[in-house]
Amino acid sequence: MATLEINKLSRIFGETRAVDDLTLSVGNGELICLLGPSGSGKSTVLRMMGGFEQPSAGSIHIDGNDVTRLAPERRPTGMVFQSHALWTHMDVFANVAFGLKLRRIAKDEIRRRVEAALVTVGLEGYGERRTTQLSGGQQQRVALARSLVLEPKILLLDEPFASLDQHLRERLREEVRDIQQRAGITMVFVTHGQDEALALADRIAVMRNGKLEQVSRPDVLYRQPQTEFVAGFIGQMNLLRGIVRSGVLSAGGIEVEVALQDGPATLGIRPEDFSLAPSIGASGNAITRVTDFGSHLAIDIETALRERLKVTAQAGSGWMTSGRVKLLPLRFTVYREGQLCFSSFPKQRGSLPSELRTLAASAASTDTFILDHT
Amino acid sequence: MNIAPRFGIRLDWVGIVIVILLSIVILAPMINVAIWAFTEVWRYPSVIPQKFGLRFWGEVLGRGDVHLAMTTSLSLAAIVTALSALICLPASYAFARMDFPGRNLFFMSFLTVYAFPKFGLYITIATIFLGLGMIGSFWGVVLIQLVSTLMFMVWIPVSAFQNVDRRQEEAARDAGAAPLRVFWSITLPQVLPAVSAAVLLTFVNTFYETEVAWLIGAPEVRTVPLLMVRFINSELVVQYGAVLSLMLWVPSFLLLILARRFLGGQALGRALGA
Repeated sequence: MATLEINKLSRIFGETRAVDDLTLSVGNGELICLLGPSGSGKSTVLRMMGGFEQPSAGSIHIDGNDVTRLAPERRPTGMVFQSHALWTHMDVFANVAFGLKLRRIAKDEIRRRVEAALVTVGLEGYGERRTTQLSGGQQQRVALARSLVLEPKILLLDEPFASLDQHLRERLREEVRDIQQRAGITMVFVTHGQDEALALADRIAVMRNGKLEQVSRPDVLYRQPQTEFVAGFIGQMNLLRGIVRSGVLSAGGIEVEVALQDGPATLGIRPEDFSLAPSIGASGNAITRVTDFGSHLAIDIETALRERLKVTAQAGSGWMTSGRVKLLPLRFTVYREGQLCFSSFPKQRGSLPSELRTLAASAASTDTFILDHT
Repeated sequence: MNIAPRFGIRLDWVGIVIVILLSIVILAPMINVAIWAFTEVWRYPSVIPQKFGLRFWGEVLGRGDVHLAMTTSLSLAAIVTALSALICLPASYAFARMDFPGRNLFFMSFLTVYAFPKFGLYITIATIFLGLGMIGSFWGVVLIQLVSTLMFMVWIPVSAFQNVDRRQEEAARDAGAAPLRVFWSITLPQVLPAVSAAVLLTFVNTFYETEVAWLIGAPEVRTVPLLMVRFINSELVVQYGAVLSLMLWVPSFLLLILARRFLGGQALGRALGA
């Protein structure tokens, strides 16, 4: 149980600012995901939290104590590496026991704790195995047990499941979530997979070019992306460039009323935020492709202005390729110079991101996040 | 359908023929030497010796110059190996892990010893040593042997140190180990096979070395291989050379057996980059 405060953290490699003036606070028992494309600096932030990189500027506090210049072995953090980094010359038991031995704990106490840790990660009785005899998923579990057994105040996970297959990834993700909630450990989880972040996190911090784009609860992030980048990065989003004239934004053949000054703007509409109506004759938009995913239909549409859109419709709603359709946006966001400047969302959808950002995130629940395909 | 198996059988025959030829070429001289070592009388044109016996073993082992040469050879090999390890292992760690000005140039300079004909190099060194009065001195030989071991002792461990996963070391730091402890518990065990291989090669190479010992060491420093050369060249008794040659096999056999037991063939091969 611990809090983590990062203040104006920077890391400069030569000319590039890998991490640029980043401020973030992680609450007690919170699971926060650092999400971003590769090269966005998320791993560098994590490595600075763990003490493996020295910040060029800024500070890191854990439970109010300054750890910015502390060596990794003196920090109350535990790290799970992407490559699991198990010690190949030791068996599973020795891997998990190593940190306890360093702490000069009695032998039978070590045995008890190591076995408990192996049970936690579902590897009971694997102590004698060599790490090279384990599958990728099992190796990652050992790495997790090795960190958990030391009861770190903050657990740092650097894309731990990136090398595993989809099915295993989902299962381990759930297990990590379970362990986190049972033990109440504060966790920082780095990933480039948005589904992983949406499934795991109390809050998601989206990074780009070393800076934070948005820090929000997953549902808020999805419904109210604060920047055009976040809008395009999380989930599917139709982003259409257009122009505002006397309160009407027309983009790609779609017109919506906005309370904005005249000028260029980008319209963002989720695939599920369209209402579809059949269109007669040559009017409306052409359906170029319909894919039936069982739970919903994914429809590719080409507008009269040759703009391609992605739209989802209810399963069995009967849309066919080469039909024609009228589109009515139900909800949309508008971006100007990359920043959110207008949103059509009703208030109960949670359009107060700045307040939500400061909410105690432990109150947040990812379970309420359900895609509605209307 | 018939061609493939027939081809396979023919290939096998080729393999067997190659093995037999190689065995004859490699083993026949060794067997010949081994037989000579246990022979008391063997006159032409007999195929096998007329009389076997251990008489020459007793004679060779009783000779003072053999004792002295053995002691010289063993202490020379041991001292050179120890000094080389002391100098080269930290150096190879530095080459593998640290970045300093002139690193690559310095690293490549170890190769230059092998880039030129060694004998020429030794003759040049010998002239320098002549001026310094180091010809015929034990420590002069040690010094030159040391130079020729540098490549094994630096290059092999460097690649081993480079192959150690940095993440594993970081994970150990993360678990609470200070840098020295990380080196002892994580890095060292992983480079041990390669380092042992390098030590082994250095020891055996130094033990069997003749050129330096002859150029720099002669006539005071007399190693076993040098003594053998003299036996073969100037003694009329073939058995002296044969017995000494058999005795020379012992250290390398012992070390190879040790290497196999402690390292396993695979680890040794990996260590040497095979």
